[in-house]
Amino acid sequence: MKFGVENLACRRGEVTVLTGVTFEVAAGEALILRAPNGAGKTTLLRCLAGLTPPVSGKLSFSTEDVAYAAHADGLKAQLSVEENLQFWADIFGTRDINPAVETFDLESLLTRRAQDLSAGQKRRLSLSRLMLTGRAIWALDEPTVSLDAENVARFAAAITAHLAAGGSAILATHIDLGLPSARTIDLSPYRAVLQDAPSDDPFLDEAFL
Amino acid sequence: MIALLRRDLKLAIRAGGGFGLGLAFFLILVVLVPFGVGPNADILSRIAPGILWVGALLSCLLSLDRIFQLDYEDGTLDLLATAPLPLEAAATLKALSHWLTTGLPLTLAAPFLGVLLSMPSGATFWLVASLAIGTPALSMLGTFGAALTVGLKRGGLLVSLLVLPLYMPTLIFGAEAVRRGAEGLPASTALLFLAAITAGCAALLPFASAAALRMNLR
Repeated sequence: MKFGVENLACRRGEVTVLTGVTFEVAAGEALILRAPNGAGKTTLLRCLAGLTPPVSGKLSFSTEDVAYAAHADGLKAQLSVEENLQFWADIFGTRDINPAVETFDLESLLTRRAQDLSAGQKRRLSLSRLMLTGRAIWALDEPTVSLDAENVARFAAAITAHLAAGGSAILATHIDLGLPSARTIDLSPYRAVLQDAPSDDPFLDEAFL
Repeated sequence: MIALLRRDLKLAIRAGGGFGLGLAFFLILVVLVPFGVGPNADILSRIAPGILWVGALLSCLLSLDRIFQLDYEDGTLDLLATAPLPLEAAATLKALSHWLTTGLPLTLAAPFLGVLLSMPSGATFWLVASLAIGTPALSMLGTFGAALTVGLKRGGLLVSLLVLPLYMPTLIFGAEAVRRGAEGLPASTALLFLAAITAGCAALLPFASAAALRMNLR
């Protein structure tokens, strides 16, 4: 699915981090965000996912179409792998967890509790959730952290399949995934000069942050 | 929607889930009161309604900071906020699962604990009715407090401070209904006020909680 932003400004807490971000991603294409730490990759992704409303600018898509994968795995330690997946499948109304299990090779782990998984296995479980959302735009924040080479390849295959099916993706990543139709964008030019947030929003009062 | 409720209940009864914490606290409090006050049945039966209601309120307070904090820390709350389920529904379900694991067991245990405080048997009906009607309001108000403080480390103290004044009307009408019931006076007015508080909370607080969550997640 095609998506884009125009002249977008996003903030993290009360600080405007990025301004004037403009890009367009076609269906079947992946956009890779490159920027030094703290430049606003996560901020941009959270904004695209609808967690932070933009300060200004336009999103050309509905945030309802975005599947977001954050730094945190979002797993419940006391639940088994299957229970974790089934929960998200029910929440997103897709019901069937099998495609996710097969793509990320979780078959042998299904009955294991999430607390007993290794960091890489947790990551795989967390990424497999993307397939349960049934959403066309994947917004991924450092998806390959703690994955080994084999699983990075598995993950790249999952994204490639998603793109081939007409989906699109935006990723913050430091490694080369070898995606067929990937473009890279550098966020550094869009860095906002530090300034105070607009003070007319009562929820941005210090007390709430 | 039912998936979230089912998951929360499952988490509550598994190891480290905190189910029974409120109930155990309630039990301990009510068992200790006769030792502290002395075995005089007259005094005990006079203070029983108040003690039982204060106990129920404090045990509710005990588990409030867990309602959203665990989901916030492991990143689940971010993902829930991007899910098709509206946050208003999520907040309602969280309040419901808090009530099912705290308020409901308290309501069911209260008549037995009333005996320990030599509460007059005529008051048992009013005790159960007032707790059944009043504790959902405690859970909903608590969910709102928890939503307000979700980003804070160790927000438990702040939740208590925020929520306690909001709990006062529920406590006053709840304990009053039981007291009047114990003395054989008509108690339905207090009970109606209690029902009104709960209905008002159910109508308004999911929206307030969802708004608080949204602002804390940005």
